[in-house]
Amino acid sequence: MIANAPYLTAATLLLLILVGNFLGSRRATSLVGGKTQDLHSRPHYYGLFVAIWTGIPAAIIYAAWTIADQYFLDRLIVASLPDNLASLSSDRLGLLLNDIRNQAYGGITSGAVDATVKEAAERLAGWRETSDLALWGVIASTATASLALARTRIRPRMRARTAVERLFNLFLVVCSLVAILTTVGIVLSLLFETIRFFTKVSAVEFLFGLTWSPQTSLRADQVASAGSFGAIPLFTGTLLITAIAMLVAVPVGLMSAIYLTEYAHRRVRDVLKPTLEILAGIPTVVYGFFAALTVAPAIRAMGESLGLDVASESALAAGLVMGIMIIPFVSSLSDDVINAVPQTLRDGSYALGATRSETIKRVIVPAAFPGIVGGVLLAVSRAIGETMIVVMAAGLAANLTANPLEAVTTVTVQIVTLLVGDQEFDSAKTLAAFALGLTLFCITLVLNIIALRTVRKYREIYD
Amino acid sequence: MTEPTAPRTSVREKVRARQRRRYASERRFRLLGIASIVTAVSALLLLLGSMVLKGSSAFVQTHIMLEVTLPADELAPGGKPDAKALADANYAAFLRRALSKKFPKVRSRRDRRDLYKLISDGAAIRLQNLVVGSPVTVGSTLSFAAMASDDVDQYFKGKLPKGQTGRLSAKQAAWVDALRKSGAVETRFNTAFFSNGDSREPELAGIWGAMMGSLLAMAVTLVLAFPLGVAAAIYLEEFAPRNRWTDLIEVNINNLAAVPSIVFGLLGLAVFLNFFGMPRSAPMVGGMVLALMTLPTVIIAGRAALGSVPPSIREAALGIGASPMQVVLHHVLPLAMPGILTGTIIGAARALGETAPLLMIGMVAFIVDVPGSVTDPATVLPVQIFLWADSPERAFVERTAAATLVLLAFLIVMNLLAVFLRKRFERRW
Amino acid sequence: MNIQSMEPPAAGKDRPVAAPSLEKNLSGELMDNEQMPAKMSAKGLDVFYNGKQALFAVDLEIPERSVTALIGPSGCGKSTFLRCLNRMNDTIDGCSVVGEVAIDGQNIYDRDLDVVELRARIGMVFQKPNPFPKSIYENVAYGPRIHGLSSDKQELDEIVHKSLERAGLLKEVKDRLDEPGTGLSGGQQQRLCIARAIAVSPEVILMDEPCSALDPIATAHIEELIDELSENFTIVIVTHNMQQAARVSHRTAFFHLGNLVELGDTADIFTSPQDERTQGYITGRYG
Repeated sequence: MIANAPYLTAATLLLLILVGNFLGSRRATSLVGGKTQDLHSRPHYYGLFVAIWTGIPAAIIYAAWTIADQYFLDRLIVASLPDNLASLSSDRLGLLLNDIRNQAYGGITSGAVDATVKEAAERLAGWRETSDLALWGVIASTATASLALARTRIRPRMRARTAVERLFNLFLVVCSLVAILTTVGIVLSLLFETIRFFTKVSAVEFLFGLTWSPQTSLRADQVASAGSFGAIPLFTGTLLITAIAMLVAVPVGLMSAIYLTEYAHRRVRDVLKPTLEILAGIPTVVYGFFAALTVAPAIRAMGESLGLDVASESALAAGLVMGIMIIPFVSSLSDDVINAVPQTLRDGSYALGATRSETIKRVIVPAAFPGIVGGVLLAVSRAIGETMIVVMAAGLAANLTANPLEAVTTVTVQIVTLLVGDQEFDSAKTLAAFALGLTLFCITLVLNIIALRTVRKYREIYD
Repeated sequence: MTEPTAPRTSVREKVRARQRRRYASERRFRLLGIASIVTAVSALLLLLGSMVLKGSSAFVQTHIMLEVTLPADELAPGGKPDAKALADANYAAFLRRALSKKFPKVRSRRDRRDLYKLISDGAAIRLQNLVVGSPVTVGSTLSFAAMASDDVDQYFKGKLPKGQTGRLSAKQAAWVDALRKSGAVETRFNTAFFSNGDSREPELAGIWGAMMGSLLAMAVTLVLAFPLGVAAAIYLEEFAPRNRWTDLIEVNINNLAAVPSIVFGLLGLAVFLNFFGMPRSAPMVGGMVLALMTLPTVIIAGRAALGSVPPSIREAALGIGASPMQVVLHHVLPLAMPGILTGTIIGAARALGETAPLLMIGMVAFIVDVPGSVTDPATVLPVQIFLWADSPERAFVERTAAATLVLLAFLIVMNLLAVFLRKRFERRW
Repeated sequence: MNIQSMEPPAAGKDRPVAAPSLEKNLSGELMDNEQMPAKMSAKGLDVFYNGKQALFAVDLEIPERSVTALIGPSGCGKSTFLRCLNRMNDTIDGCSVVGEVAIDGQNIYDRDLDVVELRARIGMVFQKPNPFPKSIYENVAYGPRIHGLSSDKQELDEIVHKSLERAGLLKEVKDRLDEPGTGLSGGQQQRLCIARAIAVSPEVILMDEPCSALDPIATAHIEELIDELSENFTIVIVTHNMQQAARVSHRTAFFHLGNLVELGDTADIFTSPQDERTQGYITGRYG
């Protein structure tokens, strides 16, 4: 019953909407005695009109209820707990509640279950059932009522199509706002947790500190370092790996694009372009595995044969593989901008007796330069935000070094390390991940906006 | 007034003089281009090659052929096999007996324990399933292919450096060699890899659970991202006025498409898990996060597809009295659909391979059970690859590579589908 | 490595190329006596785009130091013919040329002919002004630079100034040579392109509807310029504008559906055309 109740409610609502659709169009038809040409709109618009108004109020109640009842049930449970438990600190209470919920809804509980928890879980399960049933009743009656109301509103001259279309338009607007909401959600959630982080660790220390060792004690009575959160080593590590990646990706990607657009025979291009695009379609986790499995040992072996000391998780391996990953990104963006250079400029150069490479070096690349720069900036932003390759190949050591043979760590690696595994949510350690996330978001945002603007301006020149 | 700028003969001489150098530089430049392409393509081949090389052996599994006696007194105490006896019997012991029979000389307790370690724990379960499925075999001697442990598997497949035995002791290795000589060791198709969930034992670990997780998460992603994305694309391309608001939305969408995926994971953690209290590790939440990530791709592809429908179609429909909404829904949208679908498939393929944001919302847990619904704890294929890549057991290396091959196969199929759609329905206006 | 394949868009190796003509002097003999000797000549020129024939056996001589106008309705092949003269058709995929085009008696479709050198000898001005997105100075200096025509900065300056002067542009841009060429007006841009072309001292200048994107005043400027240039350069101009052909050219060739219908002195063509198709076009019955 517990598991099925939400489905049952949804199914009931759906059924009522279908019924509303049918009744609406039938009502409209019968009002004009079957002469549907006397209606303002086609009958099915009246059906849609009723169906929409059947659905909307009920759906809003459904959403509000689902969000609210969790909160209220938690409150009720806490209130019903014995005093010694109810007075626990909010952190411990949260854990306890989690246990109760898991027990009630058949999840995984941590450790043995004691009797109070079991009792509370049973209560919770009971209340949950009541709540679900009540929700079903409320939804069914609201939908029926609004169906009846909407149906009585139907008149032959009523502009049902306009009404439906206006609602549909509203739906479209709401959908396009989801993108805005996502950004707002990202900014708010990151900002909120970052501010909390800065109440524990000063922003100056975070942004300019030279030591990163986020290991804090788990319990207050444990002896452990207080943890230091100087993010400079992470920034330099990210920069080092990004730089290596760009050193690989930019020349190879750009020259590939040039060769494909300016030299390659059409048939060769038709084979090679999709081949390069395969590189872009390979998931980053596969690149990470490739880096750890093949590239890093190879570099280590090569370094050893040259008498160099190479860390097993060197920045070079991660950067190299990241560069490979970004090649198709650079090449397809350059491809676009090079193709946007008008043929007349090429003709002008060839007509003067320039060779292909002279035309490319002296006319095409300079003309496409802003676009290429935009593409490279996008690629840099991509490299900075890349996670899996560095998580799997770059390691965790927060070394402040510019030596590509040593292990470094990056912003994204630290976010993953800090958040994977069970954590108390408001320890400085987890909050630090959000501060890093905000930094990452801001940097990539600036890069993206500059890059997108440059590319857009460039396109406008030749449009 | 208009005589040539320079004496023509001298121009021709100068041009000729530089010819050789110019062509040499031309050749160098062209070679550079070819070298770049070769670099990129060989990186791709190296990657795929190393996955195939390491991964292909995971599709078979080493088995040890045993003559297992199924004692009637234990399995059918009443003369007839009954359910309780069949369920309670110690199948591992039957296997051990069968193995001991092959090595009568192994006597000491320690040696025997080592000997039994050659067989995987999973073998007993499979034997049980076999016997329970066909109880007539009770009392007879069954020729049974017992799954070998991962160490035996790696040793037998020759995955270890020459002369090394990995975690097998020299004695164990000798036993395996003896079994090999007698023809009792063979590799068979690795069904466990495709039908099991995750496991700590490499030979029992499979990708079925992760595949189901991926499937469920993808379903959620598509259900959310496709309608939302298409609706947003229709609004922005067909109805939105050109003003600062819509400019902001557009810039915002383009930027979202380039936001690092891990940031979406942080969003999911902060909003879906902590604020709305949704379950950790659930494909539902994973799908929602991936949907937010895929949405910009769908919107951008959708707008491009809608924008490529020529205005004449809209004018024609408007001209016969269709409302703007009817124009879009009846004429423009169907014509743009192949383009939108192509973009959606490409977006979904990217979401299918995405790992980082899912780590943030707890899909990285060790989960043995195959998820049955979108709220069950689950992992997805790329995260499974990440988890296995981190495991110390040597046998997980080939499984990681094999899982990678499976993931790549899925992605290739999806991309081929997108290419097919584009080729089949592409229209040039 | 084959040098040929390294050249800028060059003739495909598999393209049928007519054997070098035996009768190098034939073109001379066929010349109109009162005209100057032929600078360029086409013999039996067929052009195909992806198998579709666009020009049919065109025979045409272009006298030295004169203006030859190519006229005809859209799609008649006049631009195609023009682009055969400096092998710019090589840049178009699927275009193949059969027959012979000669400059000073040498077939330009010869295997061992150097396209780079050829194009240094035959300049071209396009329909739409196409200055490079560089400064005015760099636009003109581009040709001399790639061909190495100047040994030092001073010499290059001189070439640039002279070329701009010859194109009648120097006075207008003298003080802003460092500004981008794309910032000039349409007519100025086109004159810049002409300056760019003459900076390498070509022998022939091909013009593909050079005034079609310009206003009447700019057009008049260019026409005057063409007239002046014809004293020293051999000019071939494709034009849609009948009056322009009449004004600037000495000889006129009328193309129709890929055939060269009529060729003669401009005055003759415009006053007493021999072919009724020519007459129809000139009097505006079609086009």
